[in-house]
Amino acid sequence: MTGPTAVTATATATASEPGSTAGHPGAPHRLGRLDDIPVGEARTFAVGDQQIAVFRLRGDVVRAIDAVCPHAGGPIADGQADADVVICPLHLHVFDLATGESTSGAPPIGCHPVRLAPDGTIELTR
Amino acid sequence: MTITENVPGPSTGPERPLATPASATSAAGTVPAQRRERRTAAGGRERLVVVGNGMAGMRAVEEILERGGADQFEVTVFGDEPYGNYNRILLSNLLAGAETEDEIFLNTPEWYADNDIRLRAGVRITGLDRYARVVTADDGTVTPYDKLIIATGSRSFIPPINGLIGADGELPGGVFAFRTIDDCRSMIGFAAERRTAAVIGGGLLGLEAARGLQTYGLAVHVIDAAPTLMNQQLCAEAGGILRRGVEALGITVHPGARTARILLADGAQAEAEAGGGGEVGPGRGDRGAGPTHGGGRAVGLEFADGTRLDVDMIVVAAGIRPNVDLGLRAGLTIERGIVTDDQLRSVDDSDIYVVGECAQHRGQVYGLVAPLWEQATVLAEHITGTNPDAAYHGSKIATKLKVAGMAVAAMGLKDAEHPDDEVVRFVEPRRGVYKSVIIRDGKLVGATLLGDTARSASHIEAFDRGLPLPEERLQLLFDIGLPAADVGAAEMADDAQVCNCNGVSKGKIVACVQGGVKSVPGVMNATRAGKGCGSCKALVKEIVEWAAGGEAEEDPSVSWYVPGVPLDKPALLAAVRERNLRSVSAVFAALAPGGREDAASKMALTSLLRIVWGGEFVDERDGRFINDRVHANIQKDGTFSVVPMIAGGVTSPDELRRIAEVAEKYDVPMVKITGGQRIDLLGIRKEDLPKVWADLAMPSGHAYGKSFRTVKTCVGKDFCRFGVGDSTALGVAIEQRYHGLESPGKLKLAVNGCPRNCAEGLIKDVGVVAIEGGRWEIYIGGAGGAHVRKGDLLATVDSPDEVMTLTGRFLQYYRENARWLERTYTFVPRVGIEKVRAVVVDDADGIASDLDARVQESIDAYVDPWLEREAPATPGQFRTALPLIPLPQVPVR
Repeated sequence: MTGPTAVTATATATASEPGSTAGHPGAPHRLGRLDDIPVGEARTFAVGDQQIAVFRLRGDVVRAIDAVCPHAGGPIADGQADADVVICPLHLHVFDLATGESTSGAPPIGCHPVRLAPDGTIELTR
Repeated sequence: MTITENVPGPSTGPERPLATPASATSAAGTVPAQRRERRTAAGGRERLVVVGNGMAGMRAVEEILERGGADQFEVTVFGDEPYGNYNRILLSNLLAGAETEDEIFLNTPEWYADNDIRLRAGVRITGLDRYARVVTADDGTVTPYDKLIIATGSRSFIPPINGLIGADGELPGGVFAFRTIDDCRSMIGFAAERRTAAVIGGGLLGLEAARGLQTYGLAVHVIDAAPTLMNQQLCAEAGGILRRGVEALGITVHPGARTARILLADGAQAEAEAGGGGEVGPGRGDRGAGPTHGGGRAVGLEFADGTRLDVDMIVVAAGIRPNVDLGLRAGLTIERGIVTDDQLRSVDDSDIYVVGECAQHRGQVYGLVAPLWEQATVLAEHITGTNPDAAYHGSKIATKLKVAGMAVAAMGLKDAEHPDDEVVRFVEPRRGVYKSVIIRDGKLVGATLLGDTARSASHIEAFDRGLPLPEERLQLLFDIGLPAADVGAAEMADDAQVCNCNGVSKGKIVACVQGGVKSVPGVMNATRAGKGCGSCKALVKEIVEWAAGGEAEEDPSVSWYVPGVPLDKPALLAAVRERNLRSVSAVFAALAPGGREDAASKMALTSLLRIVWGGEFVDERDGRFINDRVHANIQKDGTFSVVPMIAGGVTSPDELRRIAEVAEKYDVPMVKITGGQRIDLLGIRKEDLPKVWADLAMPSGHAYGKSFRTVKTCVGKDFCRFGVGDSTALGVAIEQRYHGLESPGKLKLAVNGCPRNCAEGLIKDVGVVAIEGGRWEIYIGGAGGAHVRKGDLLATVDSPDEVMTLTGRFLQYYRENARWLERTYTFVPRVGIEKVRAVVVDDADGIASDLDARVQESIDAYVDPWLEREAPATPGQFRTALPLIPLPQVPVR
């Protein structure tokens, strides 16, 4: 279910520097800044028609996975995470942040490679 | 006499010394000095000789090996049956054809070889010379030992009935004991072409034999000298119900019938009657194997009243007697068994251990398997020195089994013994149900369950550990609120749904256990059973234990407060206080293995640290569940529900007007009156929460956290013509004082203005009931959710002030002592209402003022979380987590 454009616009506007490099093919997509995400939590960023939950783990490691739980559509960015996994807030399914595999029997969740640029920008590398 | 070391079996090497020449020439009983010295076998190991290859002896050996005993001992096992080791309990299954011989064997000859144990099967030890430290066998061999284990078990008791033992000391043809695998084979071979059988003995073994013989098409009679079947375990009434069940299976029962003599064919009667009763010793070979036996052939029996019963075969199952001859001849103290100390050593000789049915410990001889396991463990710990303080203190006997298809559980006393013993009994003969418990000094000292054993697990636990019992004794017999299994795990169909939240069947749980997961938390994680509302956890546990067949693993984490920190609550609290740990990350760094954080532990730790540190808690927002990050309850589409505080359910036109305006302004999909007498605005977008709160201008109702939520009230004496107290004012005051306090589980309260319970105070975590005379009753531990339970009366007090104080004190006691997510309806019965009352009302522990002070600190540290609408606590606190999905997705009503 892709949302109407009005909603997309509102959501991406709340992310800092939305789509600022989207027009350059091959260039990493800049999702937002590390400071946008509280330590240990996640925020969702819209990239085209994709929703990506970016986690800022303790030690400022970043991980990105699909923002929608494959079990029942739960908002993954609202889940609780540690260095390895996130727990979906709706039915407590557990997903490995690095591989997307579920340890609680749900289908796997999509993973996205991200890196933290020296200036504190979180970049999607593919 | 010659002395040889054991010949068969794996040798430990050529250097293994033979017995000394001196001993070779000494007669048994005369003791050369050097014999008393401790000598060791090859590799510096001591020689451990085990007499008895049954379940007790081999369990002891297995426990010894498990403790590194192979390095300490060179083990030799003698067994007078020419086999490996088998499960004697399952002989009745073998007889009934439910299991094969292969299935009942425990250790094969290869196992003995692999473990470097010399097995001398079919060799019977006939002599023990304690001074020479040797045992002699019926094949003439003599084996020296440094340590000896006597595990000779029992033999069948043969009652003194004329004709039962022939002049040759054997049972006549067609008569069988029921003790060994050979007995079983003989019976099976003999039964094939017969039509009728009598079983002498109406105990457990006799009934199993009767049921087993039925499978061969025999008409079976049970001859019971006692007036009651299973006389040892059951009172007369329960025995009567069992008898009806047994008879319904087509077995004829002769209760109170004394057998005068066995009728023999072939004119052997006179000769046979020369022999009286006695005991058939083991290892005598083919007794009763055929009609041509020297003792004649049984064709029936005659009762004391002269009536006769013609049968083709007779099975004697009239009890067992410990095999103590070896100890007797060696001069050990014998009463009913060989008398032992708490280390299972003979009281006369500290190098001789005695284990199993032949041992008598503190006056008790045990004939069930569970005590043998306990004895074997203590023996192994002591003999290997792994625990020199190991001591056996006796076992409490509880049995749970199926007799002739009927479930029976029995423990402790079967009848009251003292005038003060409490007996609670329920009998429903038509359904074959009998339940009885006997209570002495508030402790369960006996229980008998027949037909319906669903609650036996809790009885066994209460009996074994002397747990406090529910005030309402009825709860011992019936599940009237506490979480418990309705149907025994064994009886459930495979496709029966166990977890109604996550749709997990019994079959799925069993498959998980068979796949190798043998701990309850492990199975719960893998199948998600019990991970919803939690009301099926007891049943999940029962199924796991049943499926694991006694091999269920105790997961140490069940006692931990959170899965990621290996400490129970008292230890965790102590560590947090001692080491001044004020944040969740500090707890992980200091107390978790490898300092590893654990997502599933964060919420509980956040709650606990808030309870300990109040305003000095270092708040890391990732430690909170989403509901506590945004102070609203997440819904299935990612929107939230907003419930403003309406203390005691009392609101005003002005508040209602604001609520109505908010509902319209934000297109709230549903406005719902809650069960807690409040108004719920459902389907609010996360980003709208701060604005909604601002427009409501009401404090949070905390309808989202593990915390104090509401106080329901009725309209009380100011309005209601039946009211006897101002429940409304008191309820409002309680909610305003304690609302929002975080706790291990949520807290829902109520105040009733009279005993009619309109506010449902009797099923609340804390429920207050006004009664005539200006007094108030306080109930705690009630529940009206997934479990239904009436609260326990904590106290009756004279004023609202006392209600307020005791409520706060109980809440603090619960906050500090309950397990994570343990609601009061589990906490109060677990701790016991008497204990809670002693601490909270009578101040027996002297901590009442501390509890009062600490709950006051928490109240003082309270800040309305909805004030975060002014200044978000984190970047993007209220940003949507699903930016491309138009919310709400929930239907608009």
